[in-house]
Amino acid sequence: MTTHATAHHDDHHDDKPHGFLHRWVFSTNHKDIGTLYLIFSFIMVCVGAAFSGVIRTELMKPGLQFVQPYFFNEMTTMHGLVMIFGAIMPSFVGLANWMIPMMIGAPDMALPRMNNWSFWILPFAFCMLLGTLFIPGGAPAGGWTMYPPLSIQGGDSVAMMVFAIHLMGISSIMGSINIIATILNMRAPGMDLLKMPVFVWSWLITAFLLIAVMPVLAGAVTMLLTDRYFGTSFFNAAGGGDPVMYQHIFWFFGHPEVYIMILPAFGIISEIVPTFSRKPLFGYQAMVYALASIAFLSFIVWGHHMFTVGMPLGGELYFMYATMLIAIPTGVKVFNWVSTMWGGSLTFEAPMLWAISFIVLFTIGGFSGVMLALVPADFQYQDTYFVVAHFHYVLVTGALFAIIGAIYYWWPKWTGRMYNETWAKVHFWWSVVFVNVLFFPQHFLGLAGMPRRIPDYNVAFADWNFVSTIGAYGMYLTPFMFFFILWHSKKHGAPAAARAWEGARGLEWTVPSPAPFHTFATPPVIRNEDLAHGDVSH
Amino acid sequence: MKAAGSMQGKLGLGVALTAVAGAAHALAEPWQLNMTPGVTQTSREVYDLHMWGLYVCIAIGVVVFGAMIVAMFKFRKSKGAVAATWSHNTVAETIWTIVPILILVALAWPATKIMIKMAYTEQSDMTVKITGYQWKWGYDYINVGDKPYHVHFISRIDTRSDHTRELRSGMDPWAVKDKDYNGVERNTYLLDVDHPLVLPTDTKIRFVVTGDDVIHAWWVPQLGWKQDAIPGIINDDWTNIHEPGIYRGQCAELCGQDHGFMPIVVKAVPKAEFSKWLDEQEALATKADAPAAPAAAPAAAPSAPSAPSAP
Repeated sequence: MTTHATAHHDDHHDDKPHGFLHRWVFSTNHKDIGTLYLIFSFIMVCVGAAFSGVIRTELMKPGLQFVQPYFFNEMTTMHGLVMIFGAIMPSFVGLANWMIPMMIGAPDMALPRMNNWSFWILPFAFCMLLGTLFIPGGAPAGGWTMYPPLSIQGGDSVAMMVFAIHLMGISSIMGSINIIATILNMRAPGMDLLKMPVFVWSWLITAFLLIAVMPVLAGAVTMLLTDRYFGTSFFNAAGGGDPVMYQHIFWFFGHPEVYIMILPAFGIISEIVPTFSRKPLFGYQAMVYALASIAFLSFIVWGHHMFTVGMPLGGELYFMYATMLIAIPTGVKVFNWVSTMWGGSLTFEAPMLWAISFIVLFTIGGFSGVMLALVPADFQYQDTYFVVAHFHYVLVTGALFAIIGAIYYWWPKWTGRMYNETWAKVHFWWSVVFVNVLFFPQHFLGLAGMPRRIPDYNVAFADWNFVSTIGAYGMYLTPFMFFFILWHSKKHGAPAAARAWEGARGLEWTVPSPAPFHTFATPPVIRNEDLAHGDVSH
Repeated sequence: MKAAGSMQGKLGLGVALTAVAGAAHALAEPWQLNMTPGVTQTSREVYDLHMWGLYVCIAIGVVVFGAMIVAMFKFRKSKGAVAATWSHNTVAETIWTIVPILILVALAWPATKIMIKMAYTEQSDMTVKITGYQWKWGYDYINVGDKPYHVHFISRIDTRSDHTRELRSGMDPWAVKDKDYNGVERNTYLLDVDHPLVLPTDTKIRFVVTGDDVIHAWWVPQLGWKQDAIPGIINDDWTNIHEPGIYRGQCAELCGQDHGFMPIVVKAVPKAEFSKWLDEQEALATKADAPAAPAAAPAAAPSAPSAPSAP
């Protein structure tokens, strides 16, 4: 338990490469690459937030005050692409890199050099994507879903966007191969699949989803590219193509994609809640099977994004019923988290606060999801701010809040330092208030009839838009708070114990804090009491 | 109920709640919180389904969040709570797998019934073709009963909204007002057009919807549905409006730079007035002969029956 949070302690197995280039650019160490992913996604969160700042500022009042409508469309498109592919996905990969080897008792990822390449593709992909803002014709403006024919009306940003997505896809696929190879081959003896932490399970399943659907996206955008530049007519009705076929292909990728962005969050919450409840995770196996069920269902529900394209009645009924089924495994997860808390011995450190707010606010996003599944109601909700509110509840207060909770949770393990709990609580309460001021009124706007992706609106929508923008401005302070808290902790934080949290279980807490550069060079002995979920037979 | 319209501007929440109660408002109210029931049988059923879904979600939320709140107060370490060690309960897990299935059936059943009705576009009294263009709507009256019509016009955003919405125009969006069907002056910024789609009340109207260039979506919230307007594809829908009035909507699928500026206005008038209007338009369209017809029809459109007194 006693830990010396100094470099000397780790000297005997610390052979960090010296020099910036060798340490970071040529890195093959899972911890360093995890750090790179997390820093990259922090930068992308700030970039994506800046785009949303343009959107919310223009929408603060009726009338166009700041930007032309076309530029507004560029901002909504880039905000979506950057937040999804640049912020949420890479930060989960960063957490996977840091934690999976430590959680299964492996010395590193299975394919360290490919790991380096997976990361270093991303900065180039995003330079290309963000570079479109500076070319003639501007950035892509057809929405992050890139529906043709609109998306290929743009300038050469089409080609740059398509190639950037190809690169992101290659990065994701390589990262997923690495994660699967690591989990299936490098677990310490005795770490059976059904003894793995739920976070590891969630990533194993997510990685299979990524491998299954990123090629589908690559195919769809390649067809856009050839339609735009080589005269093909995949999606051009005048040439015998079908614009709706793009939507089917896109959402066959797109629906698993939204679970790619939430399953690792489920894993994180399943680690944090037992720790601060000091009680084993309720229904471990049910949690794993629920993850697998959600992943399977994600492949057969894509049509619910397209209820208004005019599918036949039978198709709409099928997609409605299939979509509603997802509520069952998702409900099981929520009930299990609450049951984990029930009868526990709860404390409310920052990671737990983020996890609890995740459960509540993600569930609100789930509720609007169930409402959206009801096809006749969806005919009203589709493409309104109700949908915008729905997916920001699941992606911001869902995925992003889980990521922030995970960073607070594992930060002491990464750096050997505690953060300032008071400031972290200020950060939390500030975020949880303003995020609701930002997104909750968007439900009202959508129900009152405001379509999404419009730069200006009737004065009846003015009040809630103003409130929403105030919430957004509040949220823009939070990256600065977070950065300051982490920076201060790194410099001045109190030393962290190996088991930084009283109730923490799992192999990562058996190594010193900060985790040495290389961990588990020899496989650890697995004892059931070290596992996060206690009794593993259920 | 109609009085709610004149209450605009009073303190927010009250008006919003009134708007929730009021039925036939063509426009959203400031601070509006909820969907409105609309003016067709379908839109009311959709509204009821929406409310049913909302109540179910609120009930589940009360139970789940209630349990969390109790847990957070009852099982605090600071109050001396000692952690239990149990981690499964087969009875509870079975219950919370079965009960949601029943709840979902209770939601899916009414939804299915409404969907079957909405999909039935046959036995309509008349047909209107809707075409989405960047950034305006085209309307063609195809037939009423067995009689073919040739009335066609283009419907664009009104000039005042269009000038006001220019970047830094210096014009006031709050000043864009127009009289509604019942004579009440209301803000119509970005929700008014030069030539509204005139439709009869108490008539089953079939729409065929398509797009000319990119995908648009035709949406009037008061009718209870929206439909994508897709190039190369013809979708069909129907409505039957019970109350005369002016109902406003917008394009709902991103279609380029002026996506926010292609409003939809439906003017529902009693059957007899509609027939008179349509025959006038038909006479103009056929007299002017084919090429001139599209130009003549819009020019004549303002001669549509002036708003009768409120029903």
